[in-house]
Amino acid sequence: MIDLLVIPLIKIVIVLTGVLITVMYLVLLERKVQAWVQTRLGPMRVGPHGVLQPVADVLKLFVKEDITPVRADKSVFMLAPIIVLVPALVALAVIPFGDTVSIFGKPVPLYIADLNIGLLYVVAVASIGVYGIILAGWSSNSKYPLLGGLRSSAQLISYELAVTLTFVSVVLASGSLSMVDIITAQKTNGVWFAFVQPVALFIYTVAALAETNRAPFDLPEAEQELVAGFHTEYSGMRFALFFLAEYANMIVVSAIATTLFFGGWLRPFPNVTMLWFLDYVPSWMWFVVKTFLVLYLFLWIRATLPRYRYDQLMRIGWKLLIPLAIANIIVTAAVKVALSY
Amino acid sequence: MEPDVARPMFDTDELVINMGPQHPATHGVLRIVLKLDGEKVVDADVVIGYLHRGVEKLSENRDWTQIVLLTDRLDYVASAAANLAYVETVEKLLSLEVPRRARYIRTILAELQRLASHLVWLGSHAMDIGAVTVFLYCLRERELILDLFEEYCGARLTYNSMRIGGLPQDLPPNWDKKVLQFCDIQMEKLVDYETLLTHNRIWLERTRNIGVISAADAVAVGLCGPPLRGSGVPRDVRKDEPYAAYAEMEFDVPVGANGDTYDRYLVRLEEMRQSVRIIRQALGGLPEGPVMSKVPRLIKPPAGETYHANESPKGEIGFFIASDGKSTSPYRLRVRPPSFCNLQALPRLVRGHLVADVIALIGTIDIVLGEVDR
Repeated sequence: MIDLLVIPLIKIVIVLTGVLITVMYLVLLERKVQAWVQTRLGPMRVGPHGVLQPVADVLKLFVKEDITPVRADKSVFMLAPIIVLVPALVALAVIPFGDTVSIFGKPVPLYIADLNIGLLYVVAVASIGVYGIILAGWSSNSKYPLLGGLRSSAQLISYELAVTLTFVSVVLASGSLSMVDIITAQKTNGVWFAFVQPVALFIYTVAALAETNRAPFDLPEAEQELVAGFHTEYSGMRFALFFLAEYANMIVVSAIATTLFFGGWLRPFPNVTMLWFLDYVPSWMWFVVKTFLVLYLFLWIRATLPRYRYDQLMRIGWKLLIPLAIANIIVTAAVKVALSY
Repeated sequence: MEPDVARPMFDTDELVINMGPQHPATHGVLRIVLKLDGEKVVDADVVIGYLHRGVEKLSENRDWTQIVLLTDRLDYVASAAANLAYVETVEKLLSLEVPRRARYIRTILAELQRLASHLVWLGSHAMDIGAVTVFLYCLRERELILDLFEEYCGARLTYNSMRIGGLPQDLPPNWDKKVLQFCDIQMEKLVDYETLLTHNRIWLERTRNIGVISAADAVAVGLCGPPLRGSGVPRDVRKDEPYAAYAEMEFDVPVGANGDTYDRYLVRLEEMRQSVRIIRQALGGLPEGPVMSKVPRLIKPPAGETYHANESPKGEIGFFIASDGKSTSPYRLRVRPPSFCNLQALPRLVRGHLVADVIALIGTIDIVLGEVDR
């Protein structure tokens, strides 16, 4: 009973609150990092160095008027943000945040579920989010959101292919679809898959930027061109849900990158016994640190690069990343077969 | 019956999108009605007039000195350039000789203004294409120029920094050293902008072969300033019909080869380097003497009309002034605004490109609506 219901429920609550708080502070971190890059200070007014800014932002969004345009399709308009947010949060279920720890003498693994098809689950769930975006654009019954929504859906579908293909090559290297097994495979191999699959890592990074609508692929929200993209007509808490989903997605793709390529909760050089003192850092700490480093890369890129154009984005996806990913799979498979002889 | 050949297999409607006058990327109150086929621009119609203040008509009821103030409000990111063009036109009308020191200082102010204007252009152009950091870097350096202007004439935006016959005052002490310091900083920071953009793959893809206009077309449309030079026409009023102290300065006129957005970007960046070069020369050879010539208290030019053009950061800014010789204000004043002339090329530039390029192209012709609408 306890194993079946209580512990998973507690874990779900912890993960959800943890992610939501991380999202709040990720927004602050983003503003701060951007500000530092751009020789500014960023938020400074709410609390010391603006640390209470996220609280103020959330409060503001809560009390704002929630406007539904007269011509909008009301039920779809209301449903769309939920469809965007839920998959982003649900994908966290299979992310292993740390090694098994013992609490009160009871071994507790630090993940909600270890599905044997974990990666497949992530791919399946993540692709649901795109429906929310199309529906949001369409149900607003307005030109700019419609264009934004169309762009977004085309973009997400193209880049999902590339992401999934990189998963295939990682699975070839690890021999399992389970997230936990992928991490343990990196331990037994003694090397992160980032070094085994550098091409896959590159493709994943680029495609993940596109999947999360981040710069330089943030076309659906290109303020300068489409005002605000698919969520132009949204306000108040409903807008906040889109915002939340975007950042939750960033966390998810960073967590997956950490798991697949950077050894998840493993400490650096997991098999080098000379670095035994690193084991004193709890495993989930390694996971969090690595995830944040990946997130930092996202923010850094946003502050540096201009934006691609729609057709260029499509060209990169279909003509560069996907063929490269397929070639990578073939090479990986060939090497694996050759090594087994 | 005629065979039905013109009808395409898949008939799609054209989508008409109204961009502006309240749009984050139209650099003011510009309105563009875009006809789209998918994301492709079939046609564009530029609607202007949202910032019309009747500067030309107002001038007929102000005396000659007061009009300098109105010229501030034409191109408000480069008001010193408009000041200069106006006072020189009136001086031409009066056949007034301006002291050499005043002409040198005017040159310095005009070139500082060119730097400031180009910085605003580079920043907003880069931001339109998504590079927000460049915008803040550019405004950081522009701030230094504004400080210099503030120290010289007290204002930061609408300078009113020229007088008919010379300048309101001499340079403040140590101002020239600060300008030289700024020149060093600017040259250093130009490298920073270039690191972020010039060889950036994304920047190249967004600007190369976008909005190409050939030299012949550019002349035919009446482009002026950097967009014209970007197409390879070495026309620069500073070189061709030197005014102020430009005849005594040594500088190059950069021209582009392909006439695309990237070339116009390179031309403007090189112009910024040349501006620094001119400022350094002018400060080095700054002559002593008065900054104001003898001008009667009540300016009353003889009857007649004249046209005089300057090279403002946006292009050729000209004033046509007619005086009836009796009244203390012009009979007619007409501005030839470079932004207005360059804006006429926009529909031609955007046709066939994507919506995202429209933004890049508004940026590349560098308009200021205060000058377009007057």
